[in-house]
Amino acid sequence: MKITLDWLKRHLDTTASLEEICAALNRIGLEVEGVEDRGAALASFTVAYVVKAEQHPNADKLRVCIVDTGKEEVQVVCGAPNARTGMKGVFAPAGTHVPGTGIDLKESEIRGVASRGMLCSEREMGLSDEHDGIIDLPEDTPVGASFAAIAGLDDPVIEIGVTPDRGDCFGVRGIARDLAAAGLGTLKPLDTTPVPGSFESPIKLSLDFDAENKSACSLFIGRYFRGLKNGPSPAWMQRKLIAVGLRPISALVDVTNWLTMDIGRPAHIYDAGKVTGDTIGARLGRPGDRFEGLNGKEYEADPEMTVIYDGSGMLGFGGLLGGESTGADENTTDGFIEIALFDPIRTAATGRKLSLVTDARQRFERGVDEPFAPDGAEVATKLILELCGGEVSYPVVAGEVPTERQTMTVRPSRVESLGGIAIPRERAEAILADLGFKAERTGEDAWTVTVPSWRHDMACEADVIEEVLRIHGFDEIAMVSLPRENAVARPVLSPRQRRVRWARRALAARGMNEAVTYSFVSADHARLFGGGAAALTLENPISADMDVMRPSGLPSLLAAASRNQARGFAELALFEIGPVYLGTGPDDQRMAVAGIRAGLANGRNWTARPRPVDAYDAKADAMAALDAIGAPVENLQTTAYAPEWFHPGRSGVLRLGPKALAVFGELHPAVTRAMDADGPLVGFEILLEDVPEPKAKTVARPKLELSPYQPVRRDFAFVLEADVAAEKVLRAVKGADRQLITEISLFDVYQGERLGEGKKSLAVSITIQPVARTMTDEEIEALAAKVVAAVEKHTGGVLRA
Amino acid sequence: MQNQIDSIKDDVLARIAAAGDPRALDEVRVEALGKKGAITGLMKQLGGLSPEERRETGAALNLLKDEVAAAIDARKALLERAALDARLAAERIDVTLPPRPEAAGSVHPVSQVTDEVIAIFCEMGFAVAEGPDIEDDWYNFGALNIPEEHPARQDHDTFYLPAEEGERRPVLRTHTSPVQIRHMQASTPPLRIIAPGRTYRSDSDVTHTPMFHQVEGLVIDETTHLGHLKGCLRDFVEAFFQVDNVPMRFRPSYFPFTAPSMEVDIGCSFKGGELKIGEGDDWLEILGSGMVHPNVLRAGGIDPDRYQGFAFGMGIDRIAMLKYGIPDLRAFFDADLRWLRHYGFRALDLPTLYGGLAR
Repeated sequence: MKITLDWLKRHLDTTASLEEICAALNRIGLEVEGVEDRGAALASFTVAYVVKAEQHPNADKLRVCIVDTGKEEVQVVCGAPNARTGMKGVFAPAGTHVPGTGIDLKESEIRGVASRGMLCSEREMGLSDEHDGIIDLPEDTPVGASFAAIAGLDDPVIEIGVTPDRGDCFGVRGIARDLAAAGLGTLKPLDTTPVPGSFESPIKLSLDFDAENKSACSLFIGRYFRGLKNGPSPAWMQRKLIAVGLRPISALVDVTNWLTMDIGRPAHIYDAGKVTGDTIGARLGRPGDRFEGLNGKEYEADPEMTVIYDGSGMLGFGGLLGGESTGADENTTDGFIEIALFDPIRTAATGRKLSLVTDARQRFERGVDEPFAPDGAEVATKLILELCGGEVSYPVVAGEVPTERQTMTVRPSRVESLGGIAIPRERAEAILADLGFKAERTGEDAWTVTVPSWRHDMACEADVIEEVLRIHGFDEIAMVSLPRENAVARPVLSPRQRRVRWARRALAARGMNEAVTYSFVSADHARLFGGGAAALTLENPISADMDVMRPSGLPSLLAAASRNQARGFAELALFEIGPVYLGTGPDDQRMAVAGIRAGLANGRNWTARPRPVDAYDAKADAMAALDAIGAPVENLQTTAYAPEWFHPGRSGVLRLGPKALAVFGELHPAVTRAMDADGPLVGFEILLEDVPEPKAKTVARPKLELSPYQPVRRDFAFVLEADVAAEKVLRAVKGADRQLITEISLFDVYQGERLGEGKKSLAVSITIQPVARTMTDEEIEALAAKVVAAVEKHTGGVLRA
Repeated sequence: MQNQIDSIKDDVLARIAAAGDPRALDEVRVEALGKKGAITGLMKQLGGLSPEERRETGAALNLLKDEVAAAIDARKALLERAALDARLAAERIDVTLPPRPEAAGSVHPVSQVTDEVIAIFCEMGFAVAEGPDIEDDWYNFGALNIPEEHPARQDHDTFYLPAEEGERRPVLRTHTSPVQIRHMQASTPPLRIIAPGRTYRSDSDVTHTPMFHQVEGLVIDETTHLGHLKGCLRDFVEAFFQVDNVPMRFRPSYFPFTAPSMEVDIGCSFKGGELKIGEGDDWLEILGSGMVHPNVLRAGGIDPDRYQGFAFGMGIDRIAMLKYGIPDLRAFFDADLRWLRHYGFRALDLPTLYGGLAR
């Protein structure tokens, strides 16, 4: 909502400066979004008298002018054809920034003659495209006066962000009332004296609604004018309308716009000569209802919409938009004004359906001052007669003027208990009175508050308390730190929240970069990862590649990999801990820990041969994340075959018993290709909810038993069928003696001719830690034999010769 | 005899000093002290001397033997040292070669700033609550006093999912406020929670992304008032931006779920294109807040005649941008490695109040 300072002062008697007014607006919740002071930009342009204009001695098209600025006489070289002795123009001295050209004026010499300023055209001042000559002001214009003031451009425009609850502040008067309450001046009275009519209106009104839909248009007031002269509206009105962003059309139309902006009272004017029949009415839309709006667009009505009609059919949408067919123009002599009440919800819904935002809709959907409608009609009538002459009929009225006022009981003590500040009751009552409320003391701690008819935002006691606090000033409320509940703050994270943080820091510490990506992916990408269900597809996505809630964190990371690769970054290790969606219910959301790697595992460097990332990198990431969140990594089993978006031979599942905790591996080349990423890409994913939380136990560690005896290391190489899982061998070794064998490492895998077709060799080193005494060679040999036997029994492997 | 001793001594010591390597030195040793060595030879002659001479000469010979042995040891140590020096000199490497590369990981600013926010509010006794991203219409709007035709609902640019038969369309939560309702329903006052998380609005331009992060705050008890809200936010802002006495402006505003409502600005300056929090004449809006609306308390199953309190909602991405000078919101969610490395945080830089939230 834009207002100008002058406009505001038509309603507010104040000596406050622009700055004081803006500060006050912010203080009372009418946020100043911008101030445009056009006068300030034109401050050094003044009215000057051309004492003498003579031909330039060295240039045909130039003139040398002596200009009286009111302070001194200045010589100016001017190229305008209309520069002449005795005229009054607009002068800018050297040093002025010329807004139309963007140039800073300098004293100069033009063809040998000194020039100390400029006589300006409208284009040079940024006012219009007019550049045929310099501005030629009327003879009686005072020399030395500010041009901005003369031209009415010194009226600063204030843009206010009116919150949706404050329909009353969609008019200058409402803003003035708030400012007056805040102590910035006095609200001037509004003249609503009835204008007597002199004849019966030839147009009658009709409201055609059944009882159920009566609220669609509950009141319609009309007045008929004749003998009008619909020229342009006066300059003062045009200037203000332009300043707030409206285009002046004609006096009649401008009056309705003025009413809307000035007192928040939308109105519509019909050219009565264009009305068919003798009735204008309102009803709900019917099949076939269509019209051309004043904005030049065609519209159709549906049965939910409020339609204005005459004998010819539909004329416009009530509360939203008038029609071209009955619009006033310069030939209009007979007019009919509409002041009506339209249902806020229906008006809003209609506007939404049509994507139509108009000044009338903004006000009706927030609620206008309903009982004020007849007064608004008087204000409009008076203005039209003033501007266009003619005479007016007696009012015609259909429907009822609402008289009921909202009352509520409010406890004055709530000012302090809710607001944290003690405000004397008299002061609180004065604030409410200034805002138009009536607060009567009806009990020890009770006001009976009558809410003014223009306020539709008073739903509960707290709303009234807010008015008192708001006008008194939030700044006055002392800041109080929250009382501490405990001397030492207690930990606040849930086990799940802690696990998210552990996993994040662990993966970052492994050299991975954490990404945060959108929760939605394209349907194609979602389908590659088992998602894309209709129930999880957005009805109104922002774009087609962000339309499905993701089933996994991997598609987001793959898309990120693709983008990074396209930028020339091939080595990447990304992870994300974020939500994935298995359904739409609150329990269908999972927290996914996902990571990918691509390119060379350690980049290229001189110490080692380059190695592309492989499934084991992803396995290590998965195990590190599982370890960080407290899963018993040493007890995990790995099985082959992760979901189908992985390489069928190079992927696996990490399990705890029957429970799958993580998937990992190389991404399926078809998936990688479909996502425009360069493989091989490896990744893993863990759904946090799948990993059981460790049972609550003591933070104390089990006692550490340190053996005083030297550990013994033994190496074994087993020859096995090539398809025997290494994990089976390791488990067999471990099972040979769970007490004495404390460490097992698999340090070589060999497959080759020397072993024969279908065979492989695994080399394992074990650490034997004696506990009770040093072990004899025989005992160690016996243990080694047990290891060999266990491997043979469980895997068929034999000691390599 | 003494003459012989003297001459052997001079000769042997000279040869020890001249020995250029351990082998030459060993030769000298054998020739002097070996079975057939010169000194050994003299020792053998001792038997032919008178007891008096034997004692005298024996002592001189023993002295010589010790002296020669010491000289050999000294020379040996010298030679070994020289040999080691020579070997080490040959083992020289180019220490300017770069070490084996190790990737430095990073934590995303959203995660880091969320942890900072939690650290501060934990100190004030707030727990951390969570709720689903896909919300029921009622939790996102109705329970928060935003009825169907409310103009505020239109401002939310809501993402919708298809409705199930007879149900209302699920929405992507447009704010973290539904967590207020879920938490109130599940608990009894007094309550102090924050709820950080993802939020969604179908809006995309330089300053808006269809997904962003908010943190909700909620305090409900019997006495908390607007002054506490102001104090709590002041305490947060000063801790978070690590600036004392940040100028703050509390502007009345409107939110359907609070009454009274206010927006909060912090003082800043943009001198030379650089944003400084806590000084200057400009204001930056950082959050919306207010006293929880009685209808919202009712929706959460809490008696508004007995309990009251405040709520606020703040953009995590936004305060991250302000604090760390990150210019573009859209880049937050693009996963550009260069951006992640530049604006990300070290894995072990866990924000704490005792160590400071940021380096």
